[in-house]
Amino acid sequence: MTRKTGEMFLKRELLPFFWCSGCGNGIIMGCIFRAMEESGLSRENTVVVTGIGCWGKADDYFTTHAFHGTHGRALAVATGIKSANPSLDVIALVGDGDGATIGGNHLIHAARRNADITVIMSNNNNYGMTGGQYSGTTPFGAITSTSRYGHAEDEFDVSELVKTAGAGYVAKGTIANPLQLQKFIEKAFQKRNGFRFVEAMNICPTYYGKNNKTGNAPEMIEKLRKNTVEIKTARAAEPHELKGKIIVGEYADKEVDGFIKRYKEIQKKASVVSRK
Amino acid sequence: MEGNIAIGEGAIAAGAKFYAGYPITPSSEIAEHASVSLPKIGGTYIQMEDEIGSIAAVIGASMAGAKAYTATSGPGVSLMNENIGLACMVEAPCVIINVQRVGPSTGLATKPAQGDFLQARWGAHGDHAIIALAPASVQECFDLTVKAFNFAERFRAPVFVLSDGIIGKMHETVFIPDCEEIKIENRKPATCEPREFKSYEYDDDLVPPFAPFGGIRISKANGSGHGLDGYPDNSPENYDLLARRLVDKIENCKEEICLHKAYYCEDAEILIIAYGSSARSGLAAAELARREGLKAGLLQLQTLWPFPGHLVGKYSEKAEKIIVPELSLGQLKSEIEKHVNNIPVIGVNRINGLSLPPGEIIKALCCRGICG
Amino acid sequence: MAKIAVDYKLCKKCGICAAFCPRKVYSFNALDGLKAAREKECVACEKCVIMCPDFAIRVIREKG
Repeated sequence: MTRKTGEMFLKRELLPFFWCSGCGNGIIMGCIFRAMEESGLSRENTVVVTGIGCWGKADDYFTTHAFHGTHGRALAVATGIKSANPSLDVIALVGDGDGATIGGNHLIHAARRNADITVIMSNNNNYGMTGGQYSGTTPFGAITSTSRYGHAEDEFDVSELVKTAGAGYVAKGTIANPLQLQKFIEKAFQKRNGFRFVEAMNICPTYYGKNNKTGNAPEMIEKLRKNTVEIKTARAAEPHELKGKIIVGEYADKEVDGFIKRYKEIQKKASVVSRK
Repeated sequence: MEGNIAIGEGAIAAGAKFYAGYPITPSSEIAEHASVSLPKIGGTYIQMEDEIGSIAAVIGASMAGAKAYTATSGPGVSLMNENIGLACMVEAPCVIINVQRVGPSTGLATKPAQGDFLQARWGAHGDHAIIALAPASVQECFDLTVKAFNFAERFRAPVFVLSDGIIGKMHETVFIPDCEEIKIENRKPATCEPREFKSYEYDDDLVPPFAPFGGIRISKANGSGHGLDGYPDNSPENYDLLARRLVDKIENCKEEICLHKAYYCEDAEILIIAYGSSARSGLAAAELARREGLKAGLLQLQTLWPFPGHLVGKYSEKAEKIIVPELSLGQLKSEIEKHVNNIPVIGVNRINGLSLPPGEIIKALCCRGICG
Repeated sequence: MAKIAVDYKLCKKCGICAAFCPRKVYSFNALDGLKAAREKECVACEKCVIMCPDFAIRVIREKG
């Protein structure tokens, strides 16, 4: 049995990756490439859309079509691409700053309208590209380059947010369990309709790890692994048992029409009206 | 037909298939028109969460091959500016309609203005070139919107239609030609071997042939510094070439892009230069002045950017003074002054939400300068 | 039996492969860097391949 590597989607000549030693973005990349092959995606029919940030550099390593735009706007660009050519597989790669902070408004509305795109968020709890400042997913009390005395604010649970906004598919995994993460991404690709969101909990050893003395990359991944609770287990647990835990699993998995299908109906209605 | 509706009809006639926008006075009729017209022809209208998302979706749709547009007013353009720069950089053809109202901030939301003249030019950060067209009648709303799409396609660039609250809400008779009589341009397609395709390899006209997402030519759009293949290249040499090409592809074609109308200009000693609703006041003033025996003429600028300095120079050769009526405190005047020598340039300005009555302009013709 | 090929041009010496290999095949320290020191122990589970963020490891299964 040969394992699918998704190698055809990797622009190998551009390696090594731009990211720091121990950054988990490369682990997520592997999950995406394999999931793309497993799901039968093709280079010609796929567009990878990114914004700005460490994870925003990811599109450079894909052999597919790619759009590298502005900070926070990847989902709006992706919505436009998909609407103009609904046969495309459109994948948006966003970080926690890009997707949940500056782009938070686009995220909730893309989820609400069930824009037919797959979003894979690399969440490393801080802004890596600009030097480790706090983002919308930095936990209360955490030390970052702009919260030297500890962070005063609470963080988003992005998957909960996207689920509440109405997305058809929402799952959270971690780089400590790449096979599970890959399964979520595969499922997201294979669902043809609606907004599909996979949150990949990641590490930033260079900034977040150093600032919070959480150890080197292997130690951070091990902590991430120990800190996760499966969603089924979490449902049976008391709230105090889940404090500070990362709940992994499928947050939402429902059949939705998606914007494209709904809008096709609008187009039908409109053309009937115009014929009358 | 209303000016805003004529713009909508112009967009459809030009082949637009995608609109993303956020409602704002005095432009909302353009959105309403798109929401009715586009689904009829298999196109898409989408109301985004804000103007930032709107222009981003327009750019995305454009790179997937659709002719795409949005309509807004000054406050919306303020939000769009970041991604208007993105459209310049990724070379996404698109049309942005700004029905100008009084600013700054919310200002007078329902009142006309021409205070976004320089915003259109320099709203997006960094050196770049932009095309902006300005209709002065409902007919021009239609005609110049078609032109705007044609320029966007031809140059792979964002193009403004800079209307205003008067033109947008005005009703006039419009002649809409049969569709086969309307000249439509489409972006030139890439025809090379798919393997050899590079997203930003340009021709002699400095414009790269286009390959849409989803085609056999793998396309890479990049808003950051990039080489011909679309991949990052931040070297000073490469960036210099890229940034200059994006400007030159438009500025080199000034003569082609700069549209205008000249009224009574042949022997004009007093030259009125204006655009949009102020050009209408300017024409009435010129005609009144002629009746009084004054040699007054009007140069109506239909293209505002790239700025038609050569037209200003040509038409002001015989002029003894230039009058610039505008619904702003001298934005157009300041640009005109760069292109004339030793001729007084007199502004007639209003920023209170009222239109410019021709009488104000006549006062400037007579009371200051040669007649005074 | 398996052969491990580390591409040292891609390896950034993060030590993730060594830490998560269930068979402790790798030796990793600041002085010597990364080595597949106990290659014989490898059962080709490919956990290192999947966990390596830099696509620097290939595990080649050998027959027998």
